[in-house]
Amino acid sequence: MATKAYQRTYTQLQAITKATVTLNARGVANDELATVNGKLAQVVKTKGDAVTLQVFSGTEGVPTNAEVSFQGAPPTLRVSDQLSGRFFNAYGHPIDGGPEIEGEEREVGGPSVNPYKRRQPSELIPTGIAGIDLNNTLVSGQKIPFFADPDQPYNRVMADVALRADVDKIILGGMGLTNDDYLFFRHAFESAGALDKIVSFVNTTEEPPVERLLIPDMALAAAEYFAVDKNEKVLVLLTDMTLYADALSIVSNRMDQIPSKDSMPGSLYSDLAKIYEKAVQLPDGGSITIIAVTTLNDGDITHAIPDNTGYITEGQLFLRADPDSGKVIVDPFRSLSRLKQLVQGKKTREDHAQLMNAGVRLYADAQNAKTKLENGFDLSDYDLRCLDYAKEYATRLLSIDVNITVEQMLDTAWEIFAKYFSPAETGIKQVFVDKYWKKD
Amino acid sequence: MSTHGKVTGIVSNLVTVTVDGPVAENELCYISVGGNQLLAEVIRVTGDKASVQVFESTRGLKNGDSVEFLGKMLEVTLGPGLLSGIYDGLQNNLTTMTGVFLKRGEYTDPLDRKVLWAFTPLAQPGDKVIAADWLGEVKEGWLPHKIMVPFSFKGEFTVKSVAPAGNYTVDETIAVLTDKDGEDIPVTMVQKWPVKVAVKCYKEKPRPTRIMETGVRVIDTFNPIAEGGTGFIPGPFGCGKTVLQHAIAKQGDADVIVMAACGERANEVVEIFTEFPELVDPHTGRKLMERTTIICNTSNMPVAAREASVYTAMTICEYYRAMGLKCLLLADSTSRWAQALREMSNRMEELPGQDAFPVDLSAIISNFYARAGMVLLNNGQTGAVTFIGQEGRPLLLRPRAEPRRPEALPGRQPDRLLLQIPRVSRDPGIPAGKDPEELG
Ligand SMILES: Nc1ncnc2c1ncn2[C@@H]1O[C@H](COP(=O)(O)OP(=O)(O)OP(=O)(O)O)[C@@H](O)[C@H]1O
Ligand SMILES: [Mg+2]
Repeated sequence: MATKAYQRTYTQLQAITKATVTLNARGVANDELATVNGKLAQVVKTKGDAVTLQVFSGTEGVPTNAEVSFQGAPPTLRVSDQLSGRFFNAYGHPIDGGPEIEGEEREVGGPSVNPYKRRQPSELIPTGIAGIDLNNTLVSGQKIPFFADPDQPYNRVMADVALRADVDKIILGGMGLTNDDYLFFRHAFESAGALDKIVSFVNTTEEPPVERLLIPDMALAAAEYFAVDKNEKVLVLLTDMTLYADALSIVSNRMDQIPSKDSMPGSLYSDLAKIYEKAVQLPDGGSITIIAVTTLNDGDITHAIPDNTGYITEGQLFLRADPDSGKVIVDPFRSLSRLKQLVQGKKTREDHAQLMNAGVRLYADAQNAKTKLENGFDLSDYDLRCLDYAKEYATRLLSIDVNITVEQMLDTAWEIFAKYFSPAETGIKQVFVDKYWKKD
Repeated sequence: MSTHGKVTGIVSNLVTVTVDGPVAENELCYISVGGNQLLAEVIRVTGDKASVQVFESTRGLKNGDSVEFLGKMLEVTLGPGLLSGIYDGLQNNLTTMTGVFLKRGEYTDPLDRKVLWAFTPLAQPGDKVIAADWLGEVKEGWLPHKIMVPFSFKGEFTVKSVAPAGNYTVDETIAVLTDKDGEDIPVTMVQKWPVKVAVKCYKEKPRPTRIMETGVRVIDTFNPIAEGGTGFIPGPFGCGKTVLQHAIAKQGDADVIVMAACGERANEVVEIFTEFPELVDPHTGRKLMERTTIICNTSNMPVAAREASVYTAMTICEYYRAMGLKCLLLADSTSRWAQALREMSNRMEELPGQDAFPVDLSAIISNFYARAGMVLLNNGQTGAVTFIGQEGRPLLLRPRAEPRRPEALPGRQPDRLLLQIPRVSRDPGIPAGKDPEELG
């Protein structure tokens, strides 16, 4: 980082924790960046002359006489079209061996969109995955996380979704990615020939956790450049937000803040909301859609991280291993896209919403039949048909390895319904039955 | 001379100011930073140090920045033109702000000062009047909007003159009152009132007697709510609280509806902006927006203004109640408000109560609920504020007097309502998030 004339330098630390240092300094601005023996840090608290800095890469080896220089500005990112196709670290520096970006320097973590200036999201984001498009349709400007167990293939699903979505730019914000995941994303983007529309900001598990705190702001600053300045449709992938929240709790803990539920900082809701609410449909056509991953601890959604997330995001997508079909499926009961009604039947075929409801209800009947079976009750003919239906429905529609158009999903649903049920059993409106029922 | 101060400490939006004179709890101040004036509110005073919560981002703020105290608390501006208004938590008009992004330090006038209102006098010269007595009225949409003796006027006044029927702007004098010392005081259509103080300019608050029809059959038949009653809708995320609240806003039998989006999703507010101007009020046949005021502090807007938003909304309701109107206040959600209180309490390093919430939380909430109610005005007419809040977990926010066991409630207490929604969309058997329109 270039040394500037007005930089103020100090060499006497008063206190050091694993994530923060405190020193006496004057004229320091809130949120300002500094370096501590060359490590990037940010002002998080001032009290009289005592200034506390969070040191992004951790304080290992930082001595009490470390050199602290203040930079006079909050974190920034250089933005221009040169961002496309590039990989950066949490500080916005290239990690792909390429040159630094030339462009306008913008503050990250900037202001919010005036809610009155927003437009209602209305464009379908097709993913090819029927568990999403058919039952939990995504809309541009939406924010939605995958709630997944750490051993589920959520990064793979996310990469699939990103590459199939009809968007102008994809911004990856990777937090605590394993090196393998990082290389997987890189390989997936490269082999899809899609590199030119992708920008990646990556923090891996090999790097210090506090650095992750910069990733969402960096990714979203890049997203805003393309969505606001260029009116592009931008999809932002944030994985894994649980690791982001963990980093928040590390810093607040080192600052001796009183933790609230699950050792998370009391500001967790606002901290997450600032990120997710960057999702927007802008008046001039640009949009930011956020798909995130929140890994769960043993499927526990009452933990503070998924719980707070659920109150902010517009639904959630649950992945689940389905023993009957042997597939990983998008769980139709626990997943929800709250914006789906803005596009179903409007941007998709008229029978969409009815098919979704019928499909899920019959799948629920199959669950009941399964419970009966497990408890040793006799199964009716309807129960047996439900069980067969469920297997086929899970394999051909709910499974994450499905990749078909929405039209094909609807046709598949009609086909499966006709195979196992009578029109009356599906409860679908007669007009649609008359028009679409597959007669053999 | 007003009190001044200097910033001496900053943690996020909590700023410590060393002051040179008297300051009051809840007094407002402006902090100057880089040519902007940031509004803040005193929340604690210790010796010559005031802790203030800043209603804006504190990025770039420095120790030593100057602060000017305003000698007043946070106020709302009350007058014709509030209906169909779209405001932030501090009652800035969001529709007249420039730019797509909210600008720090931009404050806009809640009322249009240029509109001419057709005024009809109601009081006569010589009448004895007290605060909240009606001097005249204007038509706001279809509603008779009473121009009242300002709530802050203490004691009895004699009407010296009232403007003749005609068109006036809100700032023109429409009456002159003489106080008991013989001093003449001009009155316009606009008055101000501190949001955290309940408006008590009425004769008494009797027990509610009438039912407020919500238009939602299951509520009106089994668990009706009283006009002037309070209710709340608890439930986990995605269980349908907001959908129910919007339904009540559309169908509810009220003259005035104030919707406070307190720390909620921006896209949900956009839904109201988009739908309400098109939808028709089933009771009057007018457009729904004409009877609706929206107070919008979405989750990414400054956390201190989130707390203010519910008070701003309540004060506007109390204003219309004093005109003899039936008002309905819908707050989504009170748990976000509680989280805002927790964040501040946390930053002030107060000893925490349960789940790190401030210990006086339930007292604050109870106080707020107590501002609702049916009132008997000085002129014998009645007005009502019905309040329905909603909250996610944890169920901290029921007012004190509320029985702990929800099942003990229905029917027993006409002025209290609890609408517990099970997590329907999570139960197998009911499709996740069925389109509400289809359930009809
Ligand atoms: N009465 C209903 N009938 C059918 N579907 C509904 C109903 N109510 C809600 N839903 C579905 O559930 C979704 C979530 O509802 P809603 O936004 O009201 O949840 P909420 O309780 O406000 O959640 P949060 O606490 O996260 O704000 C809606 O988008 C809609 O798809
Ligand atoms: Mg809601």
